[in-house]
Amino acid sequence: MNQAIRSAWVVAIGMFALMLGSLTYVQFFQAEALANNDWNNRQLYQEFGRQRGAILVDGRAVAESVPTNDQFNYQRTYRDPELYAHLTGYYSLSLGSTQLEDSESSILAGTSSSLFYDRMVQLFSGVDAQGASVELTIDPQLQQLAWDLIPDGQRGSIVVMEPGTGNILAMVSKPSYDPNLLSVHDTSVALQNAEALGEEPGLSIYANPATESLVAPGSVFKLVDAAAALESGQYNERSEIPNPPALQFPGIDYALPNFVTGGCASRTTADLRFALEQSCNTPFAQIALDLGEDAIREQAERFGFGEELAIPTHVEASVFPSDLTDPELAQSAVGQFDTRVTPLQMAMVASAIANDGQQMKPQLVRSVRAADLELIDSPQPEVLRRSVSEDTAAQLTDWMVNVVENGTARGAAIPGVRVAGKTGTAEVSETGDNAWFTGFAPADDPRVAVSIVMENVDIPTGQQLTSPSASRLMEAVLNR
Amino acid sequence: MSDVMTVPRSRRNIELVLLLVALVVVCLANYLAGLDNEEAFGDYFYTQVLTLGLMGLFIHVVLRIRAKYADPIILPVVVTLNGIGLAMIHRLDFSSAAANPNFVPVAPSQVQWTGVAMAAAAVFLLLLRDHRLLRRFTYISLIVSAVLLLLPLTPLGLEINGARIWISVGIGTFQPGEIAKITLAIFFAGYLSTNRDLILLAGKKIGPLQLPRFRDLAPMAAAWLVSIGVLVFQRDLGSSVLFFGLFMVMIYVATSRVSWVLIGLAMIGVGVFVALELFPHVALRFDSWINAFDPEVYNRFPGGSAQVVQGMFGLANGGLVGTGLGEGRPDLVTYANSDMIVAALGEELGLIGLTAIVLLFVILVSRGIRAALGTKDGFGKLLACGLSFTIALQCFVVIGGITRLIPLTGLTTPFMSAGGSSLLANWLIVALLLLISETARRPAPTDPMKDSFPEPVGANGKPVRKRTSKEGTR
Repeated sequence: MNQAIRSAWVVAIGMFALMLGSLTYVQFFQAEALANNDWNNRQLYQEFGRQRGAILVDGRAVAESVPTNDQFNYQRTYRDPELYAHLTGYYSLSLGSTQLEDSESSILAGTSSSLFYDRMVQLFSGVDAQGASVELTIDPQLQQLAWDLIPDGQRGSIVVMEPGTGNILAMVSKPSYDPNLLSVHDTSVALQNAEALGEEPGLSIYANPATESLVAPGSVFKLVDAAAALESGQYNERSEIPNPPALQFPGIDYALPNFVTGGCASRTTADLRFALEQSCNTPFAQIALDLGEDAIREQAERFGFGEELAIPTHVEASVFPSDLTDPELAQSAVGQFDTRVTPLQMAMVASAIANDGQQMKPQLVRSVRAADLELIDSPQPEVLRRSVSEDTAAQLTDWMVNVVENGTARGAAIPGVRVAGKTGTAEVSETGDNAWFTGFAPADDPRVAVSIVMENVDIPTGQQLTSPSASRLMEAVLNR
Repeated sequence: MSDVMTVPRSRRNIELVLLLVALVVVCLANYLAGLDNEEAFGDYFYTQVLTLGLMGLFIHVVLRIRAKYADPIILPVVVTLNGIGLAMIHRLDFSSAAANPNFVPVAPSQVQWTGVAMAAAAVFLLLLRDHRLLRRFTYISLIVSAVLLLLPLTPLGLEINGARIWISVGIGTFQPGEIAKITLAIFFAGYLSTNRDLILLAGKKIGPLQLPRFRDLAPMAAAWLVSIGVLVFQRDLGSSVLFFGLFMVMIYVATSRVSWVLIGLAMIGVGVFVALELFPHVALRFDSWINAFDPEVYNRFPGGSAQVVQGMFGLANGGLVGTGLGEGRPDLVTYANSDMIVAALGEELGLIGLTAIVLLFVILVSRGIRAALGTKDGFGKLLACGLSFTIALQCFVVIGGITRLIPLTGLTTPFMSAGGSSLLANWLIVALLLLISETARRPAPTDPMKDSFPEPVGANGKPVRKRTSKEGTR
């Protein structure tokens, strides 16, 4: 009988061996395939059950994970939701995540490789895994001021930057939305809210207008033309350029006019100083036709056109069109036709001129801190490229100061401070124009650069909402 | 067992040390399970530690008095398994409570059942000094088994999730089939040890196979009928497999004839074929085993593969080292604390932890088989071997089902799954194995010395304790 008992034991051991083999197959060899299976929502549950790091502005959380007692242990909650929605984005179970919640996700979730040491400490001390927090470069007072300067119902964006560091001090866009509506855990409620927000005119919950919407720049693009002219060596401050009331093209029934109401009509030729001051179209169109589209595009690219950025959120590439006919080139050179920029791009142009021609990378994150407040990372100012020579930058600054003192941007003046600026009006539709201002102050030691765009406004309203607002924002920074 | 010469030593002190080690493991597991919810040292923790600790020590003391030479490994192993199971059930309670505020925790009642089951095992050891007494109850066991198996079909019975294996007993539900496992084992052991010679001698020999006489096939037919009956009337595939496996191993051990095993396997084949043809729930089980990752099968309700697939996601999530107790999401699997507790353990303790648990079962089964080898009576051999093998088979059906090695059937993992009847039955099996191991390891009656017994004997009639390096713990 004992021999049979031994055989039974061998069979039992064989069964245990099969169990261990089968477990090893599932838990080790098949584990990755199973983890990536579409039906496997554990990763999602795990991610949402973790205490995600906060997004901080001046030490105060604008996005944080608050403990709850539903099946996910934490609820992502946004404070001053509309003010910061386009920066934070949302972190949603059903809709995914956007903006900083997306681009900084591995840091906020604590899965970034730079947080390996902290994960180990948390593992062995038995503390719940916690993500790192991200502190922004945003100044909350300035952000609020910029927000208040865009009237409700007006579509527009404001970007305030430090030219020397690239730090973004304020970045707001209207219309905005409440990300709390999208971060609710109830999938059907979140989808319903997303649908309702999608019906609001001019609002996209997926994009930050300041960095991802491309709008026609109008006359602020003339800064690029002026830079191209100076950099080419074919023009200087004494160059006189023909300034006809309208630029004719042989054989085509089209003419590019100067503004009839502006001061351009007083001269038939203009130097660049006067052309910028009064924002005359025909001299810049003439420069573009002389230099050719490639020269203008190359200068535009030296200001950052044609390049996407991660600041760390996504920045759409601004566009200067190619393969242009002469009338198209003339229109493109004055910021019309297919020339398109992001509001941030124009802040970058002003900043580069302000910073002696050296362009700094825009930066939204000041520092990253682990859950124990230990500093993990603080991005250093980063030079993107040289946009123009120091001489060109100085010359452009001088002309831009003149625009504020004597020209179209008089509303941006600050008593006792030399302000440099340029306005723009892009005709986009019959209903209204895009009103622009971009500039910086103080002109001799720039500490702040501003870019403002108000979309679909009439010309007087546009003027009201751009230059005077820029003045208030720059003054607020200088008085800090 | 002439080739195993054991120096008879009680080894009770080793049992005590191992028991303390087991309690430390169990305490740590429960501490971790409660840690995340700031209830690490709550009332439940102490209730559970005291229950396992005091009852474990109680059984230990009973063994010291009544079965001094019983196997010292079995009790600590079982206490460990039971305690880890309790920790996981406790941990799953938190998840269920978070999802449903009206949830009644399972762990406290499981602790009560642990206490009851261990007390029953102790009383069993106290009352029954020798397992051979059970042989007298061979046919009574058969009747009791029949009654237990029929109970769920009476008005007392309850149908839960399509299976009719529960009865309502005032305070709660009970699965009589779990106890029937033991009584059937006693019946088979008694019947086969009595009629073994007859069955062995009679019969025709065809080629290498010694075929049994037709009339000797009667008990096998009876076992087959019981299994099929459980499958048909109670719709419980797992228990059906278990009963038949129990009988197969016992008749094989009794006769040492492979022919019986082949006949049995053929009968299983017929049974499976018939079940697949006649019973849709069995066919669904097979379908959700083979086509588990087919979207249609996955989403089918009832009888879909979502449970097994989610269980595998859990195992995969655990990977090699596991998420740690309280850190995974085993609650996403239905029946995580009963049928699927292995998936929960695999997720949170990882392949390494689960392997350790499987090895504990290997040790338990091996010690049971060791007792079967050591004891001298045929009844004890059959009983110990049958019960040990049942534990192995039950693990195989559960773990094989969860890992998609075989179709998933609803069976409890011995000592670990939530469920009082299973716990009670398995602790009674432990008591039986301990008793049988005692007769296996007890020194032979010390009459005048026989030549074949080389051990020196002291003045008190007990063998002189002689420690040599060759002798290990048995």
